[in-house]
This record gives sequence, structure tokens and C-alpha cells, in this order.
Amino acid sequence: MSYLRLENITKRFGAFTAVDRVALAIEEGEFVCFLGPSGCGKTTLLRAIAGLDFQSEGRILQAGRDISALPPRERDFGIVFQSYALFPNLTVGQNIAYGLENRGLPRRRITERVAELLRLVGLEDQGDKYPAQLSGGQQQRVALARALAPSPGLLLLDEPLSALDAKVRLYLRHEIRDLQRELNVTTIMVTHDQEEALSIADRIVVMHRGRIEQLGTPIEIYQNPATPFVADFVGTMNFLEGTVVEAGRARVAELVLECPTDGFAPGDRVTVAIRPEDVVVRAVTAETRNRFAARILRTDFLGPFLRVEIGAERLGAVRLLVDLSINLVRDLDIELGGGLEVAVPPERIRLYPPGAG
Amino acid sequence: MATAAPAAPVRTVLATRADAWLTRGFILAIMLYLVVALALPLWTVFVKSVEVYRFTPERVTVAFFREGAWEPARSLAAWIEETGYVLNDGLRASERSRERLVAIIPKKARKGVEKYRVRDLSEEGGLLLLEGRLSRPGEVWELARRDFARLRLRPESHISLDNYRYYFATPALRSSIRNSFLTSGLTTLIVIPLAFGFAYALTRSCMPFKGLFKLIALVPILVPSLLPGIGLVYLFGKQGLFTPLLMGHDIYGPIGIVMASTFFTFPHAFLIILTALSISDARLYEAAEALRASRFRIFRTVTLPGARYGLISAAFVVFTLVITDFGVPKVIGGTFNVLALDIYKQVIGQQNFQIGAVVSVVLLLPATVAFAVDRIASRRQVALLTARAVPLVPRPHRRFDVAMLGFCSLVAVYILGILVMCQLAALFEFWPYNLSFSLKNYDFDRMDGGGWAAYWNSIRMAGWTAVIGTAIVFCGAYIVEKIRGLVQLRAGFHLLAMLPMAVPGMVLGLSYIFFFNDPSNPLNFLYGTMAILVISTIVHFYTVSHLTALTALKQMDPEFEAVSESLKQPLWRMFTRITVPVCLPAILDIAIYLFVNAMTTVSAVVFLYSTTTALASVAVLNMDDAGDIAPAAAMGMMIFYTNVGARLLQALSSRVLLTRTQAWRLR
Repeated sequence: MSYLRLENITKRFGAFTAVDRVALAIEEGEFVCFLGPSGCGKTTLLRAIAGLDFQSEGRILQAGRDISALPPRERDFGIVFQSYALFPNLTVGQNIAYGLENRGLPRRRITERVAELLRLVGLEDQGDKYPAQLSGGQQQRVALARALAPSPGLLLLDEPLSALDAKVRLYLRHEIRDLQRELNVTTIMVTHDQEEALSIADRIVVMHRGRIEQLGTPIEIYQNPATPFVADFVGTMNFLEGTVVEAGRARVAELVLECPTDGFAPGDRVTVAIRPEDVVVRAVTAETRNRFAARILRTDFLGPFLRVEIGAERLGAVRLLVDLSINLVRDLDIELGGGLEVAVPPERIRLYPPGAG
Repeated sequence: MATAAPAAPVRTVLATRADAWLTRGFILAIMLYLVVALALPLWTVFVKSVEVYRFTPERVTVAFFREGAWEPARSLAAWIEETGYVLNDGLRASERSRERLVAIIPKKARKGVEKYRVRDLSEEGGLLLLEGRLSRPGEVWELARRDFARLRLRPESHISLDNYRYYFATPALRSSIRNSFLTSGLTTLIVIPLAFGFAYALTRSCMPFKGLFKLIALVPILVPSLLPGIGLVYLFGKQGLFTPLLMGHDIYGPIGIVMASTFFTFPHAFLIILTALSISDARLYEAAEALRASRFRIFRTVTLPGARYGLISAAFVVFTLVITDFGVPKVIGGTFNVLALDIYKQVIGQQNFQIGAVVSVVLLLPATVAFAVDRIASRRQVALLTARAVPLVPRPHRRFDVAMLGFCSLVAVYILGILVMCQLAALFEFWPYNLSFSLKNYDFDRMDGGGWAAYWNSIRMAGWTAVIGTAIVFCGAYIVEKIRGLVQLRAGFHLLAMLPMAVPGMVLGLSYIFFFNDPSNPLNFLYGTMAILVISTIVHFYTVSHLTALTALKQMDPEFEAVSESLKQPLWRMFTRITVPVCLPAILDIAIYLFVNAMTTVSAVVFLYSTTTALASVAVLNMDDAGDIAPAAAMGMMIFYTNVGARLLQALSSRVLLTRTQAWRLR
């Protein structure tokens, strides 16, 4: 029995359907990310789980209890928002204590719990400060502590890191992950940052236009994107127009590539998808499959790697983006206008229906 | 979408627990307040304005018992035709018109009659009145001679537009429309450039004493609009110091109205334009200078367009204030009639409520239009505000700064001159004849108008208004801004809260007479009490307070409520622990705004005070009316000092509260 079950959740705002028949099961202690571009329905879905906006249709079950129609106060969750939403007139300690009060807990117990949480998020000596006196990262940790204080069964994070600097974001990402593992609290995080989702989640729910596009582990999502949308949204992808020649072979312009063609018949028009980092340039020999001669038409220095645009005689006007690590560039003496032998491993190529990308 | 799995639609559960019921109860209670204290009374004004009273003698028959037999009944109309009697002296009948039947049927004709039989043939009844008893439809009364002598005919009421026809056909009434537009328009044309110049000097020059000038500009807010009228009478009246400046024209009339209105509307225009000018973006000026635009060209192409919505908004606010004000024309209007004064004259002077209602409706139209334009303009201005701008820091420019200082000094002298004049007149035995110092003008108990009791009543009234009003306004704004769900209910509530701005005080006051003085209204017991004064004043100044509260609430994170709910805390706890403390400065602003306005307002309360609840501002009016001008000035200045005191108290308490509960604001 899953800890949280969403059955057929639909949310309409007037004629607009923000979430369209979403079904999902989340296990206890799991860290799940809702990933998608803005307007894909991920925040709406989160708010429905929290009871802040009610779904138009469908059921939500938490720990076997139907919470579909319960107001937020009667559900069991803690929530952290992008804006932190810390109460400005309460100290850090009072903020964390806020959810512990009014429950019949003795004062001493509350003080202990607040100290415990301050320690947990590494702000032991900041309890008497006001939120405005803390940095953004510290504020977000207070918000996290406040949400965790009543020991909720479910932690909801709504773009918690988006308002922070890149460095702090990276650091806090790991901290949230560690904290979640330590407390084993079931967590759902909404984000539009694919890197964040890939690094932090046990499973990712990629959403698009109110529907679940793909559900899987970060590696599955990245390596086997179920749809062109996922392929394009997570990581970078070359989409090339092509045709299936025969089983196991597709043609792009004049170049015939070996690739899995399951689900397509010879003569079908397809979109051939190749990730820039999957194109091989080292140790390409006469036996390497899908090998062809290419020319470097443009280079883009991106720090840890070089993104180059290559063309080939057999590709005609089609261009392909290839990511090359800096030491590779150094070793192979790659430069603008130069030629090189490249290959695409067949198992790294994916075919989608035509028109994608 | 028939393929969708069958799933029951989810009912939005909001009312499951006490907390939700509390919220809903609150919305309904505050809505009920606005409906009872605003919407229903206003409706009665419309109803009254189409209510026409007419004698219907054809619906009453009289039969004589003479010489042992009943003679055939005749209608009163037949008698009137025969005798040529003129009902109500030929005047339009009003609600209170009465005719004695013995006046209609001549004494000669009644000779030897022992008994009378009168019959009310109307469908509504009530045509006949005897000792407070009304006839029922079709009822027959048999009366002895003595009773018949006391019998009176009442007019019947109809719904018709006759009142409007009468109004527009009566030149004396109709001319007020032109007069009102004339004085309001002229004042607007004078105040806007003055206020703009003043605000421009404060934001764009490096002249000294800016803080002082700003304080002086706001002084008129603290006095009733009657006071500048009184001051001008002293300065420019028959024995005034500066009367020769008028070159033979009379201060009583449009000149006085415009001069006094300029005084009391100045701060309102000034504040709006000041805000508009303060948000100008320095980068635009730098760009213009880099393009070598002249000072004048920059003014024309950058300054004016940036402030245009502020100017439009200020113009309509001033226009509305003047056209709805009744204090100024009452004191200094002389025989020059304006709409707001007409309502007062029709109701208080002539007891003609129907025509008073017609004038109210006529006055509501321009006020509503001006209100709508102002709202649209200020929304645009706010849109400009949200753009991230770099504040402009003025640079010294000697000639310009001196000129601006001169201009502001002139305006300041005008404002302070009127106040000083009032204070001097109050302190001297008899200005300008006997200039010995005296406190006799402060002996209010010896004058008409309510005496010192009126002053204390005003303070009590203003205090209640501030306390209760702030609570209602803030809770109402919280509901509009922060509660989830109930969208339509909240939108309707917001609309109701915006309505008072468009309703002139006189119209509000009159509507209260109609609504609360109706004996069949269960709320009738409120009439003549302190409570009705507080209720009407809160409603009168609701909109601005509501907008202040909304602005403060909008600055709070919209997720606070969600967080609090997720932490399982009831709404009231969130409200008292977070919302109220964070918004405390705004709450104090609302309270002081309500207090000051309750101290100075005349228009609505002038219809509603009773002998035990006379107010200081009304006392100013009544003493002035009775010719006790110096005491009126003295009382007006008392209001001024009280408001100054209240403001100081607010400033002080804000500071204390800031250090004690707002420590989080100081980084």
C-alpha cells in the first residue's frame, strides 16, 4: 500500500484544465520531484495535495485515509514556499515554535523541540534573530525547520530553492536531501530546474500541459525519455528528421544510422533523437558502427565542456550539436573548421513520431 | 471526454469546522453592516425621489344626517368644484400636507347637520386622519359634529417622476446645478496648479524647510470645511482687513466658496500629486539631459506625462470634494445656491424630503462619474509605480529654488493666515472693534449649538468611530484580500466597500433619515443616538480606510495563511499573532484618519444629531448660523487643536510601538 495515492486528479479553472486526470502513487520515505515548465500544473497538483486548492475531480489518499475533501488543517503535511513565508514579526525560534503551540504541548517540550530543529538545520545560535537579519539560504532553512517541527508525515516543497543564488542553491539541495534521508519523511518537491530534480529525487514526475509525461528514476528519465517533450526538457537533445529504411536502420538526409526501430515500420517518417554527449569522437575505428566524417562549423565554450556544431557531407544541411569535454578537445586538437571522425552508438539513438522537437 | 473514469466531483469543504463558520459569519456580519448602513438607506433615497403626494378629494365621500335622514353622499371633489376651494393654497402637496374637511365644505352648507358619514374610497386607505387614527380602505366613519371639525384629509402617495419634472421646471432649484459645477470647476482649475507647484517644489527643488512646508500643506485636513469660510469672512467680509483686494466684489457668494474650497481641498490634491511626482524615474531625466533637452522640454516631455494620472485623479477628487461639500457654501455662500446646500435647505428648512431626495440623486450623478474616473486614473498610476525606478535626487539651482521657496511661502501664508485669523477672532473681545483679550468666545455653554458638551460628544464620537471603524475596516479588508474561496461573496463585498466614496455626505445623512427614522424599521431605536452618528461616519469614510488596509495586506506574503494552516493553527491565531502586529502602522493610520474626519465632518451628521448628541462641528455651523461667528471660530480651532493632539499622539505611539513590536523592521 503506497503512502500517498492520487486517483484521477483533475483541476479546472473555468474552461482551462490545469491538471488532467493525474494518477500517482508515492511510497513512504520517497523523495519525488514534480518537474515541468511553468504552467504545466505541477504547483496546482501540489496545492491540491495540500488542500490549499481543491481538485475538481478525483481522490487523494494519504496513509490509507481519504483526504480529498479535508481542509489543510486536517491533513498531515508541512510546506515550504519559494518566498519562505517566514513571519517577519516573530524571531526564528518563534517561527519554528508556531506550529507546536496550541496543541497542549508543555512549554519546556516546545523549547526543546525548537532547539533540536535549530541544530538540525545548523542555526543553533540564530534562534533570537528576526528573519530579516538572516541570509536567503538561512531563511529557507528556518522555513524548512518550521515545516518539520510538528513532525509531519509529508513534506511539500514548492520551488524552495528558486529564489537563491546558484552556490547556495547547490549547497542547500544536498542539505535538504540529507535531512530527508535522516528523517525518512515522504517528500514532494516542485521544481522547474531539471538539474535539481535529477540530483535530488528518488523518482521524477515530468509534467506537461496538466498531464504526467513520464514517471521514473532520474536515470530512466534522462536516458530513456518516453516522449520528445521529456527528451527536450531534460538535458539537451538533437532532433533530426528522418525515415525508417528497414528494421534497425533509419536514414537522416543521406546518412543511414543503425538504431532500435521498435514500433515503426519501414518507410515511416520519424524524428531521430541524439544527445550531444552521446556522440563519440575518441577511438573511432573502421569497425565502429554509425561512423561518419564531420566538419566543425561552430564552437561554443561553456566552461567544463565545448559544445560544437558539426555538419557532414552525408547530412546535407542538417547540423548536429556535440558536447566535448575540455581534455578531449585538448587531446584531439579540435578547432573550428577542422574535420574529425564521429560515431553515434546505436543504443543511444531514440526514435519518436515525426514532428517532435 | 466520456472516457474519463467516473469520479465524483469534489465538494469544496470549507465549512466543516468552527473556524470556517467563524470566517463565514464574519463576512456576513460585515456585509450586513454595509448593506444596512449604506445600500438600504441609499435605496430609500431613490424611492423617496419618485414618491409624489397628491390630494385625491374624489376618493372621499361625505354624507350629511340632517332633519332625521341621511342625505346622498357627495365626493369632496364635487364640493371643491362647487366652492372653488384651493387645496394646500395651490402649493405642491408634500408628505406632511393636511386639509381640514370643514375648510373644504363651507359652513353654510353644513347648517343643521347633526352627524356625518365619511368614506375612504382609496385602495391604500389612509386618506382620512382623526386624532392620529388613519382610515382603512373603504372604511366608513360616522362622526359627530365636534369630531368632523377635527377630521383632516391626507394626500395620497404615487410613484412618478413628477418631483424631477418639478425640480427641473423650477429655475431657483435648477440653477444650483450650474452653480455647483461653476464653483467646483473653478476650484479645481485653481487648486491643481497650486498643488502641483507645491509638490513640484518639494520633489524637484533644493529649497529649504521642505518638511515644514509639507506639514503646513496638510493642516487643512485637520479643520472642518466651515472654518476657512469663517476665516475668509473675517479677512474679506464687510469689516475685513483685505476687503479692498476684492475690488468691490462680495466675499459672500461664488468668490468666497472658491477661496474657501481652495483651502480645504488643497491637501488632498497635494498628497496625490506628491505621490505621482515622487515615483518619477531618475533614469528618464538622465536620458533627457544626455539628449540635451532644455529644462522646459524635460518638464513637458518627462515630468508632466509621468504625473498625468496623478493630476487627473487629483482633479476629480477636488471636484468631488467641492461639489459634495456643504459647509463652505453654508457659511460663505450667501444667496448663491449649490446642490449640497439645497439638500440641507429642502430637508431642514422646508421639510420637503422628496425634493431633497431628488437633489440627492442629481448630486449623486457627477459624484459617481468623478469617482469612477478617479479610480481608473489611480489604478493606472499604481501600474506606473510597480516599475523599478531609480529615485530622482534634485540638484541645487539657485534661481529656481528661490522662486519655489517664494511660491510655497505664499501658499503657506494663505493657509496659515486663515487659521491665525480664526484664532485671533476667537481670542479678542469683538474683532475688529474691541481688540481686548477675552475668553468669552469660549463660553460655548452660553451659545446655541450644544456648548462644551458638543465638544466632548465629538471626541467620544470620533473615538468610537476610530476604534470600531478600524476593527470593521481591517477585518473586512482581510476577508477581501486573504480568504480563499467564496469568490463572488468577496467581490460583492469589495464593491460595497468602494461605494461610500461616491456617496456625498449629505446624501448619506438624508438616506439615514429616510431609513432609520421610519417607524416601521426595527432599527428605528438607533435614530437620535450616538450609535447612528458612529455608524454613519464609519460608512462615510469607509472607502479610503478600506484601501489603506488593502494596501498594507497586499504587502504581506500571500502564503502566510497557507503556512499557518499547514501548521494546524486556526485563522484567528494567524490574524492576531501575525497579521495585526505586522500591519500595526497601517492600522494606526486608519484609526487616525477616521478620528480626524469624525471630528471635522458635518455633512452626514448634520441630519442625524439630536439634542443630546450635538457635535462640535455641527456647533460651529449652528453658532455661525446664529451670528455667533467668533465662538464658531473658537470651536473650529478647538477641533483643529484636538486633531493636532491626536496626530501627535499617533506619531508618538507609532514610535513606541515601532521600537517595541516592530523590532523586526530594524535590521
